Amino acid sequence: MIKVYASSVIDAPADSVWARIRDFNGLPAWTPFVAESRIEGGQPSDKIGCVRNFRLKDGGMIREQLLTLSDYDYQCSYSILESPMGVDNYVATLKLTPVTDGNRTFAEWWAEFDCAPDREGQLSRDIGQGVFQAAFDSLKTLVRR
Amino acid sequence: MIRVTRSAIIDAPIERVWAVLRDFNSHTAWHPVVAGSAIENDEPSDQVGCVRNFTLKDGNHIREQLLALSDSDYVSTYCILDATLPMQRYVATVQLKRVTDGDRTFWHWQSTFDTPRGREQEFADLVGKGVYEGGFEGLRAFLRRRPGAPPVGNAVRPAGGETMTTQGMVASRFGGPDVLDARPLEARAPGPGEVRIRHGAIGVNYIDVYVRKGEYRLIEPPAPIGMEAAGVVLDVGDGVAHLLPGDRVAYACAPPGAYVGVRTLPANQVVVLPDEVDEETAAALMLKGMTAEYLLHRTHRLRSGETVLVHAAAGGVGLLLCQWAKALGARVIGTVSTDAKARAARAAGCDAVIVGRDYRFAASVHDATSGRGADVIYDGLGQAAARENLDALAMCGHWVCYGQASGPVDRLAVDSLHQKSATFSSPVLFHYTADRAMLSEIAQRTFEALRQGTIRLDVQHRYPLAAAAQAHRDLESRTTIGPLILLP
Repeated sequence: MIKVYASSVIDAPADSVWARIRDFNGLPAWTPFVAESRIEGGQPSDKIGCVRNFRLKDGGMIREQLLTLSDYDYQCSYSILESPMGVDNYVATLKLTPVTDGNRTFAEWWAEFDCAPDREGQLSRDIGQGVFQAAFDSLKTLVRR
Repeated sequence: MIRVTRSAIIDAPIERVWAVLRDFNSHTAWHPVVAGSAIENDEPSDQVGCVRNFTLKDGNHIREQLLALSDSDYVSTYCILDATLPMQRYVATVQLKRVTDGDRTFWHWQSTFDTPRGREQEFADLVGKGVYEGGFEGLRAFLRRRPGAPPVGNAVRPAGGETMTTQGMVASRFGGPDVLDARPLEARAPGPGEVRIRHGAIGVNYIDVYVRKGEYRLIEPPAPIGMEAAGVVLDVGDGVAHLLPGDRVAYACAPPGAYVGVRTLPANQVVVLPDEVDEETAAALMLKGMTAEYLLHRTHRLRSGETVLVHAAAGGVGLLLCQWAKALGARVIGTVSTDAKARAARAAGCDAVIVGRDYRFAASVHDATSGRGADVIYDGLGQAAARENLDALAMCGHWVCYGQASGPVDRLAVDSLHQKSATFSSPVLFHYTADRAMLSEIAQRTFEALRQGTIRLDVQHRYPLAAAAQAHRDLESRTTIGPLILLP
């Protein structure tokens, strides 16, 4: 089992950051790498168990299932059902915590998964930098008022 | 129940922040509202269950117990046992998280507690603003003052480090300057209560000559000599609360062993340097400056208007005694061996200077004091000046013999003191600094005197560590003025 962890500071209150990211179907609106997304079966995007089916800008298709959504803890967990990444047992969590000093947001995103041993380094970089940090950078730009 | 939560981003790696916060007694160094703090029963400050007993600057008194500490999760949980404030069931958790974006630290501080009805807001503000927000600012300021290198890798306290090799100047046997040999030595990783320091500068003192000659039996040759040095902390052992890797520090203490590049020694004798004191100044200042401090404030509490006789007034301690005694309002008479030293002594504040190499000065002291004599004599000469010192002393005077450049005062008839109701003291710096609180007090007053310009140090004599023998020859030839230092 590998764990990848990334964290950042977003210069906006946690409420407003959460409003941007809580929509499980909203990846195209705030990440730089998702082209389009839909929730399977026409379910609400905040119904636990719903599945988002999205297409990356590089063409890959991914299906992810919502496991946890907490408006109280600003936290969201999900698992990968299908992807071209070659990972198993992939569970990720995105969590926000208010930074009272300066009214900003501490954002954390981590994932645990299994993969072929020779791909651990590359996948860790791809997910940690290419997905999590890239999404944080995009979020930082979006909240700049 | 009241819940208080505050959080902040600290612009330092998590290892650096945690190295400070995991130490349950460190708040006395960085929190602006903490006046003083100690761990009870001498327990290590990272032992779960230990109790910190501290006083706030507003006079309140609190005892808190460490309930949980995790180096893997960067979490510390503690509760209040007793407080002079009406707070009950107070449990607080400090949690750090790594901000991978920029290698910074997220610090989350939360507590729950009860307080008398109607005072909830008052105490929520006291804790949230006064303690937590004040703490964030305090730690930021502390880290700016002591930026210190973060510990290597993920080890929070890299006490398991390797033994290092270093060069040292060793007294191969007792004897003249030539017995000093350059040899490779080992500086082992610090054990409990110890610190390992990379020396930047080492002080040379007359006591080093006594040790080298075997007049003070403080070593068994072959062994390195030297009592004081300044440098940077490399690593610390368990239970060391007041030092961190990267701290600029200095010390002056027994046993000898300072003439080395890297040294491991007890941390309780080591003090952190203020920003404005560089390592060369510190190496020259610690032993001599702290000696002047205790001689003028402790062995004898010098009062304005007293007449002071300072022997070797152009020596390392002598110059500091003259400057400081003058600033305290004393009338200062110095003895020196040459005219060049007389000029240095006058520049240091001597009202009168007696020049000579024959230890005859009592008549001149009486001339300079209308026959009254000196109220206090600071004597580093010892045996050869003993009879003259008794003669030079005023009624009820105080003869303070802190050195023995001419040999120890081996016989002093008590009735010779009786004739003048005189007092004789034979003080040793290391007895005054054995207690850490006292050491800290003495060191701080010495740094303060330097900062205010009460005392000045002009380091003119620098030698490579390997040239320690030459430094000793120069010191013993009595031709140097002011402090000598060695540079590793």
